[in-house]
Amino acid sequence: MSAQRDWPLYEVFVRSKRGLNHVHVGSLHAADAEMALRHARDLYTRRNEGVSIWVVRSSEITASSPDEKDPFFAPSADKVYRHPTFYDIPENVPHM
Amino acid sequence: MKLGCRWPGPHSWEGSEVNAVFDNAYEAIIDGDSDARWAFGTGFEDPLSGVDTSLPAGVDGADLAAYCLMLGDDALIMSHRLQQWCTSLPELEEEVAVANIGLDLLGQARLLLSRSGAAQDGVGVRAGARRTDPDESGGTPDDDAGRPGREGATPAGQARGNGPGTRPHEDHYAYFRDEREFRNVRLVELENGDFAELIARLLVFSTWRLALLNRLTASGDPVLSAIAAKGVKEVTYHRDYAAQWTVRLGDGTDYSHQRMQAGLDAVWPYVGELFVAHAVEQRLSARDGTCVTPQAAAPKAGTTEAEERNHPDADGAGMDDPTAMSVDPSTVREEFDDVLAQVLKASTLQRPDVAALPGVGGRTGRDGVHTEAMGYLLAEMQSVARAHPDGVW
Repeated sequence: MSAQRDWPLYEVFVRSKRGLNHVHVGSLHAADAEMALRHARDLYTRRNEGVSIWVVRSSEITASSPDEKDPFFAPSADKVYRHPTFYDIPENVPHM
Repeated sequence: MKLGCRWPGPHSWEGSEVNAVFDNAYEAIIDGDSDARWAFGTGFEDPLSGVDTSLPAGVDGADLAAYCLMLGDDALIMSHRLQQWCTSLPELEEEVAVANIGLDLLGQARLLLSRSGAAQDGVGVRAGARRTDPDESGGTPDDDAGRPGREGATPAGQARGNGPGTRPHEDHYAYFRDEREFRNVRLVELENGDFAELIARLLVFSTWRLALLNRLTASGDPVLSAIAAKGVKEVTYHRDYAAQWTVRLGDGTDYSHQRMQAGLDAVWPYVGELFVAHAVEQRLSARDGTCVTPQAAAPKAGTTEAEERNHPDADGAGMDDPTAMSVDPSTVREEFDDVLAQVLKASTLQRPDVAALPGVGGRTGRDGVHTEAMGYLLAEMQSVARAHPDGVW
């Protein structure tokens, strides 16, 4: 599978029929974005999952690194006042 | 016809939309509290379950059955060739793509073969009556074997455990017919070549089939019309997939161009056959199909069917008439040529200048006369079902 090394990796995001936003569902190899879209259609929407697909080159994604985990996320752990837990949520407000 | 994956019946998704409430988008994708999306067994045993399969008034059921077999066999045999590509394609992603196309076609085959069985079922009484017709009793058994739409072409359903009055099951058509009873065009049965040959064959096949199905959505048979409407969406994607790859390879490197051109050249001798109307297709696509009785349309004494095929019905305009059941394939040649011209131009490929491969005595796939590849294909496809005729899986 030497060709596979030539085909870059793409990340696939699918918005389902009833979904709100695109959700990351996986990744695949393709020669270009156009082909990635078609592969995504075949790989990730076979069971009627989606109505919209985004693909993006994995190399185009800037991600936080595991090394930065502490400075990035730890400081928010002890700041309970940032959570809306000091309110009484009315019965008729869903999705909170 | 069962593969490892379950194929959705025609009704499994339509109308099953649920306005679910969910807390996040991920839940919407996985659909955690509903197994409905896995329930592809709906209508699995009978793809036409719940569909009114009664024959439109005045239609010759034997002809309609033969016609559905032709379209169904095209899909079935093409699907088998595509399935053979599994594990042999250069990329996992292409493998899934080609398998999807094969599954789409298998689904079409199931519907069409079932439609054929139902149409055949509807003529049980009339077929019995026809045997007393002096015009129909002259043929030798040998003649009958090569004459689709007549008793000789009746698939093995009744003879293989389907009692009288039971419609032949799709599996009987797929697994218990012999080579001469298959009505597919020869293009689909050819030995698989390389990837470029696969793409060339798929391009030719899907362009032709899409043109047919598009017109068939106006068929006077509501069942056939619905099957066509479902197929149009699928085959549109197949054609797109093949066209994308044709352009990619044709307009790629010198080497890929060469291979793609060779692929086209390899399938081109089988293109001409796609546009020759069989007698059954002519009868069903005649302007006033309801008035064409089997007797009137039967070949005259001394006229072989091959000769009859050389004289296409001048009125065979197909879907202009709502009473027409089928499409005269000669009417889709123009659309086919236009689409191919566009794709070939974008791919910098040459339209092959190769003569059509003649049949045997003018008979080709639609008459049950196949290439030698067909016997091997059927041996593989049917071996398990024939070794275990009552097997269930």
